[in-house]
Amino acid sequence: MRRSTLAELLFWPALLLYGEAAFGYLGDARRPGRAGRAATWGVRLGWIVQTALLGVQAVREDGFPWGTWAASLNLFVWLVVGTYLIWGCRRPYRLLGLVVMPLAAVLLVVARAGGGTGVGGRSHYSNLFLVLHVGLVLAAFAGFTLAASLSVLYLWQERRLKHRATTILRRPAPSLAVLDRLAGRTVLVSVPALTLGIGVGVARLLARGERMDAVIVTSCLTWAVWTGYLALRATGWSGRRAAYLALAGFALVAVVRLALPATHFA
Amino acid sequence: MTHLVLVGTSHHHAPVELRERVAFDPDEAHAIAERLGAAVCLSTCNRTELYLEAEDAEDAERRAAEVLAELEPALYRLRDQAGALHLFRVAAGLDSLVPGEGEILGQVRAAHEAGTPGPLLDRVFRHALHAGRKVRAQTAIGESPASVSSAAAALAEQVFGDLAGCEILLLGAGKVSGQAARNLRTRGARISFVADSKTGRTRLEEELARADVVVSSTSASGYVLDAPTVERMRHGRRLLLIDLAVPRDLDPAIHELEGCYLYDIDDLEAIVAETLSGRRSEAERAESIVAAEAEKFHEWQASLDIVPAIASLRARAEEIREQELAKAESMLERLDESQRRAVESITTQIVNKLLHMPTIRLKQAAAAADGVFYADAVRHLFGLEDER
Repeated sequence: MRRSTLAELLFWPALLLYGEAAFGYLGDARRPGRAGRAATWGVRLGWIVQTALLGVQAVREDGFPWGTWAASLNLFVWLVVGTYLIWGCRRPYRLLGLVVMPLAAVLLVVARAGGGTGVGGRSHYSNLFLVLHVGLVLAAFAGFTLAASLSVLYLWQERRLKHRATTILRRPAPSLAVLDRLAGRTVLVSVPALTLGIGVGVARLLARGERMDAVIVTSCLTWAVWTGYLALRATGWSGRRAAYLALAGFALVAVVRLALPATHFA
Repeated sequence: MTHLVLVGTSHHHAPVELRERVAFDPDEAHAIAERLGAAVCLSTCNRTELYLEAEDAEDAERRAAEVLAELEPALYRLRDQAGALHLFRVAAGLDSLVPGEGEILGQVRAAHEAGTPGPLLDRVFRHALHAGRKVRAQTAIGESPASVSSAAAALAEQVFGDLAGCEILLLGAGKVSGQAARNLRTRGARISFVADSKTGRTRLEEELARADVVVSSTSASGYVLDAPTVERMRHGRRLLLIDLAVPRDLDPAIHELEGCYLYDIDDLEAIVAETLSGRRSEAERAESIVAAEAEKFHEWQASLDIVPAIASLRARAEEIREQELAKAESMLERLDESQRRAVESITTQIVNKLLHMPTIRLKQAAAAADGVFYADAVRHLFGLEDER
């Protein structure tokens, strides 16, 4: 992908706003108030600017512009932040921003380093396949990232309760029950998306007689872990153990997104 | 000049044995306000204060002190700016026993509604309510619980979120546990069972199995619930246990079980101490908000003396302009309509420009202590005394 002036003009404000949000949430954790509000606005505006960046990429392309590894990372960041915005603007969930926004800022930098924020890259895959496969898998991964962030927050909140932290009421966080429920619901929506996304990819693989690569295998393993998560929750599993399982599932997501993609996208 | 007069006492100056002698219910407070004229009576468990609006501050103070005569040595008297600042601090919860407590704002509102305020008192009470709301919106002074019972309820919210549908199992019925249960109920929880010494073991365990919160304050010498029992009945389901008894009713090992969170009286008191220290640090921010609002009120009050002088000055200038135009009417007759409008406009502009700077300076002086003297000087220099 080549650098475009307009895309560049949109990338930097988006990155700055996400970075501001990350620092703002840090400030809010120390002293709740103004910093948290500024961080929330940073997320909102940053997401709008990144939406515009994706819009520019889409307009300048003939087909699906996020078919490369780096470009798909750009789309992934947008999906993660977008999903976070569903709850992130509410005050108790600002702590979640402390997990999500630094990650979003770093991944956006990585996406740019890989050329994923410019224009002109065109995949040889069909648009429909890419929308279904890349779009659904990334949406599912964004959901898992959120579920993992909620699980981190759960473990932190549980630790405070177990340690009888005296500051627990000065700096209230979302309740254990709510965090657990939200993580479960997010996974419930994400697993079908991943199932469909992987299904489309595997169907194409079989039709072309190509071989499975490491990303496909790890993605299937990821699917198995998250499906297991849902199955265990259905049997009454919840709380700390579910949170740890979510983190294990997220570790696989990170491997798929960051460690193995070179061969798959090539 | 209309003065604001405050006479009253509070927990800072009088113990409860004295305060209870002048504790008035809303009807009595209304009757007192009516009797005093333009007045508001603020009577809560921590304070009784009479706010009056009067031209003669000495007389108003004397009349108010007569109502609270029983507490004479413990009475404080404040006027004008100091009285307004005090009311603003009261409304913001800064003068309360527990800094930032939220009830006082409603009590100030109720006192205002039950009183018989004149324009000045009405304004100062409205401004105080605004300041109180602003402090609560812009600081965290009232957000954290300030008592063991409310801390227990807030902890339950940290575990379960919305408490609607949560079941509370009460073991024993002490005063603090009753308050904790009431706090939980006001947030939507339901008391499912109150166990006493006659409650059988089987029944207790059945109730434990479906409870979300256990509040215990029995006088039992040993543990009422131990860890193996809780583990057997809960199977890892979340449970918050509040042990308010000394000696403790609940086995400390319960806290080690997954999903179980046990807090005893010391834990809760440590949390309350921490939240109160947080309130105190927020109080510093709240004080600056209140001071700024009190300053705004002072500026408004000072402008009351200046505004009539400015209005008189402008009216006199306009009168002179019209008189001079009338004198020149024979000459102006020769002008056409547009020329006449131009003359009107020019003379109006001259008057406005001449009065612009004096008006600004008068308004600036209004906020200072010598604002009244400026107003008097203007009246004297322009011969406006009769229009006062």
